[in-house]
Amino acid sequence: MKRNPSRKKSSSGEEERALLSKMMLIRKFEEKAAEQYTKEKIRGFLHLYIGEEAVAVGVIQALSEEDNILCTYREHGHALMRGLNPGVIMAEMYGKVEGCSKGRGGSMHLFDVDKHFFGGSAIVGGHLAMAVGLALASKKQKKNNVTCCFFGEGAAAEGEFHEAMNLAALWKVPVLFVCENNLYAMGTALKYTHAMQDLEKKGAAYGIPSVAVDGMDIIAVKKAAEEAINYIKESGMPYFLVCNTYRFRAHSMFDAELYRDKKEVEEWKKKDPIINYHQVLKRKRLITKVQYDQIEAQIKEEIDKAVSFAEKGSWEAVEDLGKFVYSE
Amino acid sequence: MADENTHKITYREALKQAHWEALRDDDRIFLMGEDVGRYGGAFAVSKGLLKEFGPERVMDVPLSESGFVGAGIGSAMAGMKPIVEIMTVNFSLLAMDQIINNAATLLHMSGGQVNVPLVIRIGCGIGRQLAAQHSHSWEPFFAHVPGLIVLSVGTHEDARGMLAASLKSPDPVVMLEYTFMLNREGEIPADPFTVDISKAKVRREGRDISLITYGNGVYKCLEAAERLFELGIEVEVLDLRVLRPLDEESILSTVSKTHRAIVVEDAWKSVGIASEVLARISEKAFFELDAPLYRLCGAEVPIPYPKHLEDASVPQSEDIIVAIKKILGHDSV
Ligand SMILES: Cc1ncc(C[n+]2csc(CCOP(=O)(O)OP(=O)(O)O)c2C)c(N)n1
Repeated sequence: MKRNPSRKKSSSGEEERALLSKMMLIRKFEEKAAEQYTKEKIRGFLHLYIGEEAVAVGVIQALSEEDNILCTYREHGHALMRGLNPGVIMAEMYGKVEGCSKGRGGSMHLFDVDKHFFGGSAIVGGHLAMAVGLALASKKQKKNNVTCCFFGEGAAAEGEFHEAMNLAALWKVPVLFVCENNLYAMGTALKYTHAMQDLEKKGAAYGIPSVAVDGMDIIAVKKAAEEAINYIKESGMPYFLVCNTYRFRAHSMFDAELYRDKKEVEEWKKKDPIINYHQVLKRKRLITKVQYDQIEAQIKEEIDKAVSFAEKGSWEAVEDLGKFVYSE
Repeated sequence: MADENTHKITYREALKQAHWEALRDDDRIFLMGEDVGRYGGAFAVSKGLLKEFGPERVMDVPLSESGFVGAGIGSAMAGMKPIVEIMTVNFSLLAMDQIINNAATLLHMSGGQVNVPLVIRIGCGIGRQLAAQHSHSWEPFFAHVPGLIVLSVGTHEDARGMLAASLKSPDPVVMLEYTFMLNREGEIPADPFTVDISKAKVRREGRDISLITYGNGVYKCLEAAERLFELGIEVEVLDLRVLRPLDEESILSTVSKTHRAIVVEDAWKSVGIASEVLARISEKAFFELDAPLYRLCGAEVPIPYPKHLEDASVPQSEDIIVAIKKILGHDSV
C-alpha cells in the first residue's frame, strides 16, 4: 500500500476516469429514463442499453467531432457520448418541443445534425445504406471524416446489411460498421437467427477487414475502435467491428423476457463493464473513493437537471401538426 | 403545331438533355442507377453521359435497390444532389423501405433538421407488352406518402424541364417517367425554359368538360379532345403533373369553368389518384357540377402480356370519347 504520491502526476488517470464516468452517465441516465417510463412520463418504446455501455463509449471516444454517427433505436448512450445535452435527450423522450428532434421522434429518433448525429433509426438494418451514402459523400467531397454506423446482430440478418457491406467495399468508402452483438434480437437468440454465428466472418465475403472484440471490456473496445479508425482514415476503406456484448435489461419496456434464463443474465452481469472497469481503476490506483463519489454526485446533478428541463418543457401546439413534412 | 418557337424532340432525348445539363451545371449532382453508365441506361436515357462526365458522376450500381437508394439518401443528407434511377417501378418496391421510412420521414422525425434533397427517377407505365412484373402505373403508392414530392412526367416539356426543377427541391422528389413514350416525338419550347413543380397545367383549353389526367393519360386525352373538337365539343385537359402535393386549386378551377369532369388514369381504379381528385371535387366544388363525376382507370388486374388484353386494361382515347359523349348526352352516341 505504500506508494510515493509524488510519482503520480495530477492528471494521471484523468482519461480513464472520463471513460468510466461516461459509462456511468449512460447507465444512470437510462435508469432514470426507466423510472420516468414507469411514471408514464415517457411512453412508446424505450430500449435500454444497460450492459452495453462500453461499446458506445469505447467506439465514439475514438471518433472526431466531424465523424458521422448513425444508430439504432437503442441510442441514448451514443447520443450522450456524442455530447448531446442530457436535458435535450430527456425532453425528446418526454415528447417536448425542447427535445433534440423537437419531440417528433421520441426515444428512438434522437437527432443532432450539427453534431453529425444522424439519428436513431427504428427500421432494423434501414440505416446501414444511408451510412454508406454519407461516406460516399465524404469521399466525393474529399473530406477526411468517417461515418460510424451501429446496429445489432439482428440487423446483420437483413438483406440491407449485405447490400450496404458490398456497396461500401465496392465504392471504397470510409465507414465503420459496428455490430453490437448482444446475443438477442428481441427474444430470438443468435443461434436461431444466424447460420454462421461468428459474425466477423461475414466481413470476409466482402473483403472488409473484420475484428471481433469483447464488448464488455472498455479498454478492448477502445483499442479495437482506434485501430479501426486509423485503418479507415489511412485507407479510406470500410471496416467491420463486432462487439460481443449483452443487454442486462429487457429488449424494451414491453418485454417479459420469457426467452432467457435469469441465471444467464446473472452470469453476464459479472462482466458488467462499469463495475469491472471501476475495479481496474481502483487496482491501478487511478481513482479514489472521493473521486468516484464526486463523479456520481456530478452525474446525479446532471440527470436531475435533465429531468427538470424535460418537465419544464412545452408541448408543441396542435396547430403545428403539419410541420416538418416539407421544408418551409 | 410546330413553329419557330418550338422544336421537335423525343421524350428520351428530352430526358437525356435534362441530365446532361444538370451534370454540367452542378458538381454536387451525380447520377446513380443500375446500368446507367456502361450500358447507357436500360432505356438509353443516359447513353453517352458516362463518357462525358466520368464514373464518379455517372455511377453504375449493383442490383441493390434498397442499398443504392439508401446510399443516395445518405449522400443527399451530406450535401450531395444525387439523381437515383430505378429501372422500373416494379423494382422500386425493393427500395420502398428507404423511400418511405427514410427519405420521406427523416425531416419530420428529426424535427426539421435532416433534409433529403434527392431525386428518384423511376421508369413506369403500361403498353410495351412487358407483362405483370415490368409494367404498372403505381403512382398512387408514392402519392400516398407525405414528405415526398411525386411528379408524373406526362409531356415532352416536363421530360425536359422537371429534372432541373426537382434538383432545386430541398425535399425528396419521385419522378415517374413513362417508358412507353421514350421514342415518341413532341414539341418543346426552342428557348431555354423552366417548369413549375408545384402546379398542374392546362394542356388544352375548353369549356364543355374537363379531362383531369397525368402521365400516360395526357396525350390520350389530348387526342380525344382533338377528335371531339371536330364534333364541336370543347374539352379542357388538365395535366396534374404533381401528384403530391396535389394542386387542388387548379382542379377546382377547371371544374368551376366546365362544370363537368372525368378523371383518366392508367393506375388501378380502387384507391387511386382519381379517387382522390373526385373526392376533393365532391367536397369542395359539388355545387359547381352539372353532371355526375366519372373516372376511367386501369382494370384491376396485373398487367397481362397479350397486346389486346394489355390495351384493354387501360383507358384508350376511344373510351374517353365514348365517356364524354355519354356525359354530354351527345346525339351521335
Ligand atoms: C425491419 C424491421 N423488422 C422488425 C422490427 C421489430 N424489431 C425491433 S428491434 C428487433 C430486434 C433487433 O435486434 P438487433 O438488431 O440484434 O438489435 P438489438 O435490439 O438487440 O439492439 C426487432 C425484430 C423492426 N423494427 N424493423
